[in-house]
Amino acid sequence: MNFVKRYLIPRLVQYILVVFLGVTAVFLIPRLTPTDPIAHTIAQIRSQGAYLDPATVDEFIQDLKELYGLEGSILDQYIGLWKRLFRGDFGVSFFQFPTRVSELVGRALPWTVGLLLTTTVISWVAGNLVGGLAGYFSRKRWAQALDFAAMVIRPLPYYIFSFTLLLLFGYVIRLFPIAGGAAIGSVPSFTWSYIADVLRHAFLPALSLTILGGTIWFQTMKLIVQNVNAESFVQYAKLGGVKEGIIVSKYVIRNAMLPQITALGLALGQIFSGALITEIVFSYPGLGTLLYNAVITGDYNLIMGITIFSIVAITTAILLLDLLYPLFDPRVRYR
Amino acid sequence: MKILRDLFRDYRFVLSFCVLCLLLFLAFITIFSPYDPTRWGVVPRDLKPSWEHPLGTSSKGQDVFWQAAFAVRNSLTISLIAGVVSRIIAVIVGMVAGYKGRLTDRVLMFVSDSFLVIPLFLIIVMLAMLVRHLMNLVTLGLLLAIFGWAWDARLIRSQILSLREREFTQTAILSGTGTLPLVLKEYMPFAIPLVFSTLINNMSWAIGMEMTLAILGLVNMDIPTLGTMLQWAISYQAMLLGYWWWILTPVVLAILLFVALYWLSVSISEYLDPRTRLQRVGA
Repeated sequence: MNFVKRYLIPRLVQYILVVFLGVTAVFLIPRLTPTDPIAHTIAQIRSQGAYLDPATVDEFIQDLKELYGLEGSILDQYIGLWKRLFRGDFGVSFFQFPTRVSELVGRALPWTVGLLLTTTVISWVAGNLVGGLAGYFSRKRWAQALDFAAMVIRPLPYYIFSFTLLLLFGYVIRLFPIAGGAAIGSVPSFTWSYIADVLRHAFLPALSLTILGGTIWFQTMKLIVQNVNAESFVQYAKLGGVKEGIIVSKYVIRNAMLPQITALGLALGQIFSGALITEIVFSYPGLGTLLYNAVITGDYNLIMGITIFSIVAITTAILLLDLLYPLFDPRVRYR
Repeated sequence: MKILRDLFRDYRFVLSFCVLCLLLFLAFITIFSPYDPTRWGVVPRDLKPSWEHPLGTSSKGQDVFWQAAFAVRNSLTISLIAGVVSRIIAVIVGMVAGYKGRLTDRVLMFVSDSFLVIPLFLIIVMLAMLVRHLMNLVTLGLLLAIFGWAWDARLIRSQILSLREREFTQTAILSGTGTLPLVLKEYMPFAIPLVFSTLINNMSWAIGMEMTLAILGLVNMDIPTLGTMLQWAISYQAMLLGYWWWILTPVVLAILLFVALYWLSVSISEYLDPRTRLQRVGA
């Protein structure tokens, strides 16, 4: 009971508040900025060369108001937004009329989730493992070489790093396809050739996300392990003749792992943003490319849908991670 | 002077210092530029690097070297605006939250936590889309500043929290110092190193964000920045056509800038941390 009161409830409250704040921000932003999204859309259609007579424009404005949920007072609009959200309805995409936003998001989602899940897991595990070893054996030459590599890669933003990989593999060493999620015209199926094709297309975006993410875990883990190393229980184990392999795996890395789980939760939003950017660079058919197309065509409804969906998805993922945390940390479990 | 001498013992500091000086020099010489950076077709198109055009020319008929110089200047301007303004927000939020405590602290930290958790990139894209026609160096800098303070406000807050418990706070309050003078005179000196080391990281973030917004076409594409320069090269298929001098210039400059800023910040913060300073300087 104590656990529920002191651990579970504060986190649930925080979760609900963050979702509330995020959705409210998405609601308020277009209303606080000086631009009228409807006038903007109509101007855009006009600039693409279509002629609209006044009667059509009026009808159009009415349609758009309904579409964007701009009818009634601000409060009505706000409640309307929440009602639509609970139905999982983000309205209609404007430039791929009349496809629903939820359908477009649903189509792009498996690609993003697949990419994000595998790269996050691989980079977290590999980064922590290598970082832990490099922290324990920090005087070895290989550890220092890795440290230097991390110092160069760490500051690069997702865009520049992916783009450098794209230049390198797309034009210098032509090993991997540089765009798309599968060969054009191929039908999704559980055949070996299709899966191999998907993996080949995913390789570069995944490599870029794994290296960039892994570098951060490597650096923080190395630092934490170096600190744990200085603690007296490690000295004691060494003096007591415990084998080095056991000290590293059972005592040092396990102790250093816990803050990294918390850090994973905090970094998830940024990792997600990074994945979107990487998808744009490699034209990977996930949410990032969907966002890109939405921005290029000025499809405001689609952007709002993607943003709200992402906020809810990421905060939920962080909540789940938080709820799993007691499984790893006995201090929380037995409190 | 002694501080500089100690800092210069770190090879990372020396290297990043030199690179940044070089880039600042590049930004400075734009006042002598023979070309207007916003005009097209001022030089023959698609020329390879030569004595006359040290980095060749682009398909837009612009000299790549001078474009790059303007790009560095403008990117640094944006990041400086974003960095300084978001530092001001971070200091105010961090100090108020740390000193006031209780509900104020809770509310402010909840907002900054939400900023850390929510994928901000999407919110920035949404906002940038709506103010696209107002975009220039200043508005872009301010837009990024609104979103760049959360983590650093937390750092400053925790610094203030520990200062609040120290004895000199009690002494100051008992001898009649008001809240504002106390915070500004007594606490500010402790926060300043933190402000500077986070400023560098924040500038780097702003430059990266600007480049990312440029792929989406959400910045003013007529102003040369590292982002727009790269975006123009991509949209003219510079790599496919083999104009490597055009596309590699912004990429290489950006990488140099990011690595230099990061090394500078790591080197300075290692120096500021007395534990690591002892290891490095020896005294």
